[in-house]
Amino acid sequence: MSAVVSREAVVNTLLALLLLAVPIAASAAGEPFYVTLATRIAVLALAAVGLNIALGLGGLVSFGHAAFFGLGGYAAGILATHAFNAEPLFFGLPGTTSMPVIWLVAILVCGLVALPIGAISLRTTGVYFIMITLAFAQMIYYFAVSWPAYGGEDGLSIYVRNAFPGVNTAQPLPYFLLCYGVLMLVLLLFWLIGGSRFGTALQAARQNPVRLAAVGIAPFRIRLVAFVLSAMVTGLAGALFADLNRFVSPSMLSWHMSGELIVLIILGGKGRLFGPLAGAMLYVLFEYALGGITERWQFFLGLILLGVVLFARGGLLGLLAGKARHG
Amino acid sequence: MAEPVLEIRDLRKSFGALKATDGVSLDLMPGEIHALIGPNGAGKSTLIHQISGSIPPDSGTIRFLGRDMAGLDMAARAKLGLGRSFQISSLAPEFSALRNVMLAVQARQGSSFRFFRPVKGDRSLAGPALAMLERVGLAARANTPAAELSHGERRQLEIAIALALGPKAFLLDEPMAGMGPEGSKSLTKFLDGLRRQAPILLVEHDMDAVFALADRISVLVYGRIVATGTVDEIRNDPEVRRAYLGEAA
Amino acid sequence: MSIALLIEQLLNGLQLGVMLFLMAAGLTLIFGVMGLINLAHGSLYMVGAFACAAVAAATGSFWIGLVASLVAAAAAGAIVEVAVIRKLYERDHLDQVLATFALILIFSEGTRWLFGSFPLYLDIPPLLQGAVPLPGGGRYQLYRLAIIGVGIVVAIGLYLLISRTRLGMRIRAGESDREMIAALGVDIRTLYTVVFALGAALAGLAGALVGALQSVQVGMGEPVLILAFVVIVIGGIGSIKGALLGAILVGVVDTMGRFLLPKALALAMPAAQAGLIGGALASMLIYLVMAVILAVRPSGLFAAQS
Repeated sequence: MSAVVSREAVVNTLLALLLLAVPIAASAAGEPFYVTLATRIAVLALAAVGLNIALGLGGLVSFGHAAFFGLGGYAAGILATHAFNAEPLFFGLPGTTSMPVIWLVAILVCGLVALPIGAISLRTTGVYFIMITLAFAQMIYYFAVSWPAYGGEDGLSIYVRNAFPGVNTAQPLPYFLLCYGVLMLVLLLFWLIGGSRFGTALQAARQNPVRLAAVGIAPFRIRLVAFVLSAMVTGLAGALFADLNRFVSPSMLSWHMSGELIVLIILGGKGRLFGPLAGAMLYVLFEYALGGITERWQFFLGLILLGVVLFARGGLLGLLAGKARHG
Repeated sequence: MAEPVLEIRDLRKSFGALKATDGVSLDLMPGEIHALIGPNGAGKSTLIHQISGSIPPDSGTIRFLGRDMAGLDMAARAKLGLGRSFQISSLAPEFSALRNVMLAVQARQGSSFRFFRPVKGDRSLAGPALAMLERVGLAARANTPAAELSHGERRQLEIAIALALGPKAFLLDEPMAGMGPEGSKSLTKFLDGLRRQAPILLVEHDMDAVFALADRISVLVYGRIVATGTVDEIRNDPEVRRAYLGEAA
Repeated sequence: MSIALLIEQLLNGLQLGVMLFLMAAGLTLIFGVMGLINLAHGSLYMVGAFACAAVAAATGSFWIGLVASLVAAAAAGAIVEVAVIRKLYERDHLDQVLATFALILIFSEGTRWLFGSFPLYLDIPPLLQGAVPLPGGGRYQLYRLAIIGVGIVVAIGLYLLISRTRLGMRIRAGESDREMIAALGVDIRTLYTVVFALGAALAGLAGALVGALQSVQVGMGEPVLILAFVVIVIGGIGSIKGALLGAILVGVVDTMGRFLLPKALALAMPAAQAGLIGGALASMLIYLVMAVILAVRPSGLFAAQS
């Protein structure tokens, strides 16, 4: 058993080093495009790590996490726009271009929105839960499309990437390193949560909610907290994504985005620490490699995804590191 | 006379035209093993579900330690000290035997909202959990995933989890099911000692075990309790012989 | 606001509801019988619309196009069921979501490949052009009334099919007890393919009918799919009756919300602002309705299975 675990640890370390080394080398070689590609991987992986708290640990198939990804993005866009135009936001509060403040706002907003959505959705299970989370995300999507103050359908540009103390975020490599640092920190938190009392209860809620209730722990509250935490992390990723593209639009809120986040986790390996990162690497590389060959890359992505679901259920990490084990 | 630990009064539950529980009243006294027997379809499982909180009754009361259980869900009742085992093993299959018991220890200790401290190496969880596994004779299999345990071992693990909760009463739903003669014998001996810790409401088909263990027996037929008494009284009750034992003999 | 306008909006709501029913009936049937959540149902709607538009353009007849849409969607449904969906019945919902999500990508890009990125247009057939007078003085598009009529016919047809025919008996048996139906000697694989193709044909019919009201383009099925999800969640998954009432509720609430909310808000604020806020709120309205219904009844209004 320990041999299997350490094999996964080796694979994880290699993936983490690979993601770090490629942009550094690319930057040194004067190829900033690859740095941006790596940043995209890191940020999408972060969003999927968030979803993985609910989906991987808790077995909650949220088909609406784009809502939080987009809300995080809009938090960045809206705060930056108000700061840029020197217009107060509301109650006389100013906008800001400070990333730490933006991140905090994104996390808080997503937590506050996830609380009622989770409280209603978690009254249901199975297919109902999937469809309800989808429907709530659509509600926010349509609101963003029809509310013209922040660009409506056209989205909102961030003219200058927001600032982080001591980091030149306008340069691709420092911004990548910032995102990479956040990703690694959140992966550490995910690992700690998975092994904690809360994580034990959450995983038990996935495996057997009746057992959890029979020992005196109400699954609902455990799941709700997990859903909210999960939304907060995905929201943080949304803020980083908006700053990466210097643009936020309703497409971040769309159900395709929700689907993609699930796809990242499954491509990498469900319920595994580095599954989201492995999945994001594969996904972005597919997108880049297939997109270079054919305009119709989504067609082939669909075929590949179908193949993974039907025939390779462990995902990439399942192939590289064997079957997942739990303590 | 001592207060009953569990007191059920005139409990009723219908599914459409079927009266699954039809005016059941039942007491569980401190220190006793009270066996609930009855033919298949008598409504034993429905009754257990209502006591543990997974099905709400239509009417009637369930009092546990003097407290009305109405409106409390399964988790809340378990927290108050109602320890339950399941007819069909109900475990977290991916977790090891030890982590299954640690979950119960954690639940008993209180908050599960601790997010960062690893449970691995948390002696306050692993210590008591291992002790429970030793008590049921499963310590050697502590690190085996529950899904890989044999049927009998899973039943033992169920008991270990119930023990770890330190309950004020046990609700054991057919603990002997599928155990084999050797396993049943040792489990009978084990349950015999358990009554000193907390009283047991025992639903069981294995009549040898019931007659060996029970202080009192209640016979449930078509949702009604047709007789309650000591082992000898029940053995000699003509109505019970006709309604139930007659079929089995 | 005139009575005629109100009636017109109500009829629009009803027409949207009928169209949603055609989608939701298939989804809920497929879930009820096979336990499958099918995201690609919107793609079958799109297949129906494209088949109708392409065949109508080639033959000059909307009606041949309509038949083609039923055939194409049913065939696409049957092929997909045999090739992919069949392998998903025993899988968990997550795998079903992913595989059918992959099917959407394949269908959408495949259609773009065949037909290009420009939308197709489908004309209302001459027989159904024009308008009929409404009480109160307005006029209403005959074609939309015809869609409502089709919905009523399909609802009655489905009711008769499920309650009166051998196929319907098997569907009902399949919903309640899969092993029993296999034990009865019914070829369950064929039954599943037939049910899936039937659901697909209904989606294709909806796509073809709506194709004459809006442009036929890739991605047209997705907003409708999500509304259909809302419908079956509200109505109770697996219930045809729930799908019908849920669809009408969603269609009418959505349409009337868009119509009335801005007007109601205009009583309290400037008209331009009321239009914006009212429009934004109206687009969220059905989701709020759904949230309220689920908060009270977590398995919908007419849950078929407890």
